[in-house]
Amino acid sequence: MALINLFNKRQEENTGHLTRLHSGSFTVDAEGRVIASTLPRSFPEIHVQRIGEQVLNAFRGARHAQMPLSELVVNYPAFKITAREMRGGAIIFLAPEST
Amino acid sequence: MSARPKILLLDDEQDLLEMYRDLLAQLPSQPEIHLANSGARALALLEAESFTLLISDLKMPKMDGLQVLSIVRSRFPDLRVVVMTSMLDEQYRTRAYAMGVDLFWVKPTNPEEIKMFQDCIAALLVRDTQSGFRGVQSKSLVDLIQLECLSSNSSVLKVVNGPKEGRVWIHDGEIIDAAVGELNGTNAFKDISSWRTGAFEILPPEPERQRTIFENYQGLLLDTAQTLDETQGAEKKDGEQSDEQMPLLAALGRIEGVEFVLEISLGENANVESWGINKAEPLVQWTRDVLLGFSQLGEKLRVGQPTAVRGIGWQGHLAILSENQKALCAGLRKALAAEDVAESMNKIKSQWR
Repeated sequence: MALINLFNKRQEENTGHLTRLHSGSFTVDAEGRVIASTLPRSFPEIHVQRIGEQVLNAFRGARHAQMPLSELVVNYPAFKITAREMRGGAIIFLAPEST
Repeated sequence: MSARPKILLLDDEQDLLEMYRDLLAQLPSQPEIHLANSGARALALLEAESFTLLISDLKMPKMDGLQVLSIVRSRFPDLRVVVMTSMLDEQYRTRAYAMGVDLFWVKPTNPEEIKMFQDCIAALLVRDTQSGFRGVQSKSLVDLIQLECLSSNSSVLKVVNGPKEGRVWIHDGEIIDAAVGELNGTNAFKDISSWRTGAFEILPPEPERQRTIFENYQGLLLDTAQTLDETQGAEKKDGEQSDEQMPLLAALGRIEGVEFVLEISLGENANVESWGINKAEPLVQWTRDVLLGFSQLGEKLRVGQPTAVRGIGWQGHLAILSENQKALCAGLRKALAAEDVAESMNKIKSQWR
């Protein structure tokens, strides 16, 4: 187990610094499993999972707050996440943005 | 202070709300029209600012129109209320009038009915510019008492103002006693006569009532008129509030399409201020979670902190802005187009800073 964690950690550290942001989309089911993706293989899987998880949390939280959402757009200074709710899962579009 | 009357429209159907808004916008008084799609939201808006008229549907999910009316009557006794419904049941009409609504109107279905509806609302708004009592809109309570006294009448005047009920005993044209709550005599009379709106009823005289007021009615009414003038003067000063002096969240609430606003401290101080929303806690928690979650994600992806989050749902748009350990979450009307949402958010952003 420790070995796996070690590998995970190393992967995370390695992907943290020089990850190039790509345009593309992916689909997650209600459990956060990636069903389909148009993102290049070079885009770390852990990032894909994190984004999917965060988007699903946001949709779930909104439902819990009695404000169910069908679409979510998150703007960062140079990156944009657009997500559409799909039967508990979501289709998520990533778009690097230059100003 | 704006002289335009303010109407709050309450209906759970957004299409109808917008249709009525367009109809009422054509009135000569050019009223300022606000929309609410639930009873809770209407009450939150009424708490946040004063309105001239509430137009409410009867049949709504969660809190129906009668429930809203009963709360409105006790909390906002001066507010004029019109009920609009498609339910042609006489029982609802009786119940609504029993709760003190000013007008019960079956939803108009043809141009003639629409015209009549507009005329009725226009008349109600004009009448509201003068205070008065139901049945004698242009007369104040002082005028009513004066009439009774000048005619040397004997009667008991029952006056109702929201949850308060007072009585004034008049015998042979002299005010002999008054009572409201725990007050009696002159104090009770002064309290009752300061009410500017309400409903009254003239009851049969009670000649056996013990006299506790010995001043003549002219002196009493003169005192009351003086007090009313002073109160109105003070209210006018308070009402002359410019947009600059208005609380920030209320000012943001005036931006096109904004239905509610939450300002949330993200630091150790967990302050929350809200405008136009009841039971804000779940949304406050969601805003905090979303900002925290996407901030952590931003750090992992090396893309910085989120600058804005927008959500679209069947109830409306949600938008979050974050700056200097503070977040602002705004709810915007569903019917707003994406570009209008962006424009409203830009306005919110510039005013919030």
